[in-house]
Amino acid sequence: MSLLHDAFARAKSENRAALIAYLPAGYPTEDGAVECIAAMVEGGVDIVEIGFPYSDPVMDGPTIQDAVNISLTGGTKSATVINTVKRVADLGVPALVMSYWNPIERYGVDSFANDFHAAGGVGVITPDLTPEEADDWIAATDSNEVDRVFLVALSSSDERIAKVANATTGFIYAGAVMGVTGARTSVSDAIEGLVAKVRRHSELPVAVGLGVSTPEQAHEIAQYADGVIVGSAFVTAIKNDGPAGAKALAQALSKGLAR
Amino acid sequence: MTANDVVSVPDLRGHFGKFGGRFVPEALMAALDELDEAFRKAMVDPGFLKQLRELQINYTGRPSPITEAKRFAEHAGGATILLKREDLNHTGSHKINNVLGQGLLTQRMGKTRVIAETGAGQHGVATATVAALLGLECVVYMGEEDTKRQALNVARMKLLGATVVPVTIGSRTLKDAINEAMRDWVANVETTHYMLGTVAGPAPFPEMVRDFHRIIGDESREQMLSRYGRLPDVVAACVGGGSNAIGIFTAFIGDANVRLLGLEAGGDGIETGRHASTIVGGAVGVLHGARSYIMQDDDGQTIESHSISAGLDYPSVGPEHAYLADIGRAEYRSVTDVEAMNAFKLLCETEGIIPAIETAHALAGAIEIGKELGEGAIILINLSGRGDKDVETAAKYFGIDL
Repeated sequence: MSLLHDAFARAKSENRAALIAYLPAGYPTEDGAVECIAAMVEGGVDIVEIGFPYSDPVMDGPTIQDAVNISLTGGTKSATVINTVKRVADLGVPALVMSYWNPIERYGVDSFANDFHAAGGVGVITPDLTPEEADDWIAATDSNEVDRVFLVALSSSDERIAKVANATTGFIYAGAVMGVTGARTSVSDAIEGLVAKVRRHSELPVAVGLGVSTPEQAHEIAQYADGVIVGSAFVTAIKNDGPAGAKALAQALSKGLAR
Repeated sequence: MTANDVVSVPDLRGHFGKFGGRFVPEALMAALDELDEAFRKAMVDPGFLKQLRELQINYTGRPSPITEAKRFAEHAGGATILLKREDLNHTGSHKINNVLGQGLLTQRMGKTRVIAETGAGQHGVATATVAALLGLECVVYMGEEDTKRQALNVARMKLLGATVVPVTIGSRTLKDAINEAMRDWVANVETTHYMLGTVAGPAPFPEMVRDFHRIIGDESREQMLSRYGRLPDVVAACVGGGSNAIGIFTAFIGDANVRLLGLEAGGDGIETGRHASTIVGGAVGVLHGARSYIMQDDDGQTIESHSISAGLDYPSVGPEHAYLADIGRAEYRSVTDVEAMNAFKLLCETEGIIPAIETAHALAGAIEIGKELGEGAIILINLSGRGDKDVETAAKYFGIDL
């Protein structure tokens, strides 16, 4: 059982969903990101997703695009991401990376899995890599003991959900809306049904993200999912209030996680 | 290598050798599967093929003629230079071939809205045109930089009833327009078809767009045999994403004696780093849903491309071109802004044809290879578009007061 699965198990034993927070490495700066993540963890975040900033983030809305742009302009490199993983892992919290595929392929698929594991990272989310194209990635993550997280969408057929579930080892990431990242006032009613479908194919934890930003939404999702993923709202909180904003949001969201 | 080796690409999952494939969010997989199925059914449906053929003849004005460029040829080592006149198509470029096919597919899938990216504006205009013809809502994403370079085409799209959205993020060119179009598509996929304008992107786009453009080469091959009694020695075309080039190459791929020559945009020169020659000067990577040659730095971040031609200013290339380059079936060279503009002016003054600046890259490449091969050689160039849209850029370049 990995550190990642421990975190889900602990949340479950406390009769709540796990809180998963996303922040791009290097935002607002390399040190600033680590400081903000530490504050989030103090505020109740269970699992951290470190974004690998990428020049062409087609899955991201304006909030994360801007953050990534600030990070890249500030000089974030692949090494920054690995270093951030190490510093976050040292906080004692499960550290994942969320990355578009090209930066990993450019780094070297096996080298990335190896260096990521050595830095203390536990899993990698790949939003534009589906299991069909993932043969090398599956081999590299298996041999380096790195968990894989693939996504399911509201548009996924049963057949595709089964395929994704089979290829996943960490948790299954269920997209709550059809669209890019960014806070929404509401998430789709269909998401509960999607989570139920996933459960028919997998025993792994299922976490819901995309568009989730408020304690009310977190509470709703916590009733049927194992994890609640929040990204853009943390970026906005940090933009406005730095680490204090990150901690306050984590505290507020934590109150919504109870079942 | 036999014809079948190449014509059989891509495989069932859209791979051209190690290139192509589908690197997209899961949310788009269902739409791509739906499109794939609709495309395959349509291509064996006599009703669809008849409808498409009727539009090609009576709307586009196909077949496009081949014009011999005798005065131009004097500057190309005395080789015979033939121009496949895609510039004479309705809307002024080859782009109409693809959008007619995808427009009819959109209707068959029951979708009511189309979105598109555009660089030079030619694909945007073609998409707006077919949307008007078929009664579809149309939104075109265009980099803000390109809306300035190609103001005439922006006006054309608006007159045709399309909404043009200037993209103000990133390099504000074609790459960013594609990013925005993909974001729109993910959010609106139930009602919307993404009318991708080149042989790039996730499967089935590279194959589908190729098949809608292969009429360029199919016609050319027949015209060559009936008028000249032989095939050309070289088929040349400019390559950005590479749709006009694949369109004219495909019919000749099985003809081992016909050299296929793709001309990439060299911008200020490969050595300056300011170019858009992804095959000549790029590296293997994944961008916009497919593995191909792309322009990237050591960290896998896309490097902004540079070219005087908005339509070639793109940091990736269609995966089939990457494959043809890798197996050695096609050859790719780089043409600088200066070389292209010289060829542009030469065609204007020797043949009375104003080409698109994109196309001028193919003309420059033909001059070079004409000099290498000399008299007796026949070089067929895909004259992919007309240059009306580029008049302002060219006037500025040549110091003509407007």
